[in-house]
Amino acid sequence: MTLSRETTMSRAISFGFLVQIILIMNSFIMLYPVVVMVFSAFKTTAQIFDHPFAVPDFTQVQNFSRVLGETSMPTYFMNSILVTGTSIVLILVLGTMAGYAIARYESRTNTFILLFFLAGLMLPLKLAVIPLFILLRDLHLLDSRWSLIVTYTAIGLPSAVFIMAGFLRSLPTELEDAARMDGASEPRIMWSVMLPLALPPMAIAAIQNAVPIWNDFFFPLVFIQTDSYKTLPQGLTTFMGEYTTDWGMLFAGLTIAAAPITLLYIALSRQFIQGMTAGAVK
Amino acid sequence: MATVSIRDIRKSFGPVSIIKGVDVDIADGEFVILVGPSGCGKSTLLRMIAGLEDVTSGEIRIGDRLINDVPPKDRDIAMVFQSYALYPHMTVAENMGFSLRLKGTSKAEQATRVGAAAASLGLTPLLDRYPRQLSGGQRQRVAMGRAIVRDPQVFLFDEPLSNLDAKLRVAMRAEIKELHHRLKTTTVYVTHDQIEAMTMADKIVVMHDGIVEQIGAPLDLYDSPANRFVAGFIGSPAMNFVEGTMTEEGLSLPSGTILPLHQRPPAAVGSALTYGIRPEHLQLAPVGTPGAIPAVVTVVEPSGLDTTLIVKAEGGPMTVVLRERVSLRPGDAIALRPVANQSHLFDAAGLRIASL
Repeated sequence: MTLSRETTMSRAISFGFLVQIILIMNSFIMLYPVVVMVFSAFKTTAQIFDHPFAVPDFTQVQNFSRVLGETSMPTYFMNSILVTGTSIVLILVLGTMAGYAIARYESRTNTFILLFFLAGLMLPLKLAVIPLFILLRDLHLLDSRWSLIVTYTAIGLPSAVFIMAGFLRSLPTELEDAARMDGASEPRIMWSVMLPLALPPMAIAAIQNAVPIWNDFFFPLVFIQTDSYKTLPQGLTTFMGEYTTDWGMLFAGLTIAAAPITLLYIALSRQFIQGMTAGAVK
Repeated sequence: MATVSIRDIRKSFGPVSIIKGVDVDIADGEFVILVGPSGCGKSTLLRMIAGLEDVTSGEIRIGDRLINDVPPKDRDIAMVFQSYALYPHMTVAENMGFSLRLKGTSKAEQATRVGAAAASLGLTPLLDRYPRQLSGGQRQRVAMGRAIVRDPQVFLFDEPLSNLDAKLRVAMRAEIKELHHRLKTTTVYVTHDQIEAMTMADKIVVMHDGIVEQIGAPLDLYDSPANRFVAGFIGSPAMNFVEGTMTEEGLSLPSGTILPLHQRPPAAVGSALTYGIRPEHLQLAPVGTPGAIPAVVTVVEPSGLDTTLIVKAEGGPMTVVLRERVSLRPGDAIALRPVANQSHLFDAAGLRIASL
């Protein structure tokens, strides 16, 4: 009896130990390229090739100052912020409102509208890049930030509506009734009662859309020609010369490019994890 | 405070008719309980009074005001929900003060009124907590506090105690009754639990299948049920029913036992009647006593206060509640003698035609 309990316990410990090892290895694999990127940002190209894994002298910030001072990097950065930010705001506002309507109001068209949005999840918009290009050309949006914003919003909305509708549907209707009895108007119910509860799924929708939008290379490449409208991923390619590349500068640029989205993820990760596990334990 | 008057209310969801013409008058300050089995329409009726469901036809008045088309917030009513419906992201104080905040009441007055309501419910130490940090009974009290703070004309309760454990339910029952006694606000309370209805109400409205079966004071319903449904629904354990035929000597049960009737009911000889008697109105008698119903004990349930017997009689299973302790065992043969003047006769349509 005692023996078997000990065996079970030691088995449990060894299993937990194994899980820890796997997780640590996984973190190492995930963080290793990031660390190399940050290290390389503080080295000259020669140093990178001589001692690729050496810890650099962190006072050597000339790569950063050159990237920020001599290139269009600040412009690319602002463009990325503008495009990603506006797209996410639009996705969240429209997605939450649509999800709220689909989840909370009874209507015959609800299922149809939800299916319509779901259809957007099924097909990759990259396949439709030629009609999209023609459409944006006819709308005179080509070669502007708006071309990216409207495209990203359209791509992001289905998943946002899906996530928000699913979550809002799970909130008890009695909450809404209680607020209605308390004298809240419909917008007020959404704003004061439902939205505060819907922060976790909104964080999911935000991160899940922000990362691919921030990193997207494809649509800027197709839609944007003017240098001053380029976003980071597209802009960074100009650092790669045909014959020579300043790897130090490129890594500095990459570090700057990766920073905001990493910070956003860290800031929202608590909500993100909460949202992913919401409903798992009730 | 106000009267509530409900006139010929009907409600249909598409072709399905849920409430089929209900009239109820609720006096100022009265505690009225709508009771009935699941799906009888009691919650729908309450939600119509609250304004959360549209009225298909009929009139609802609070005081003299017709409120059919008045939005919930302008009806001057407050409601306590079954799930309490507390806002999870607000503290107890914010939950209770939400309606005042929406009305634009000043911060100082909000604090005063929330403080007063919290004090009366013993919630003062919990004002800064969130609902998830409260026990079931405390949440229930916060939900009541949220209603009290508004000082409404009418309180509505929608099965407020069904999420609580048995012991807490009894305590909250007394608390709600005491609260009503103190505030004297007109109250409409929905429950499926007839004990709650019996113990708390000034007046009970028994509903079944979208109609009102009977309205009356708790003990009136108990002693003089209008029909077989009310007789069977009110009272726990439920009334026993035995089918029989009217004869010259009394009521003849299928096996030939004749139950003597103390007076002649208004029913023709040969008509089929249902004989109803409450479990506490059956007494043990020696086996073979004329006019007693022979039965075999199947279950003995001593509760300390009384003893409940479930027996197999000729008309089917019957329940007997005895105040005295008995040494019976399953399988024992007994005879049950009805107490005089405590039985009811129902006709084929289920209406009570006589009590004797």
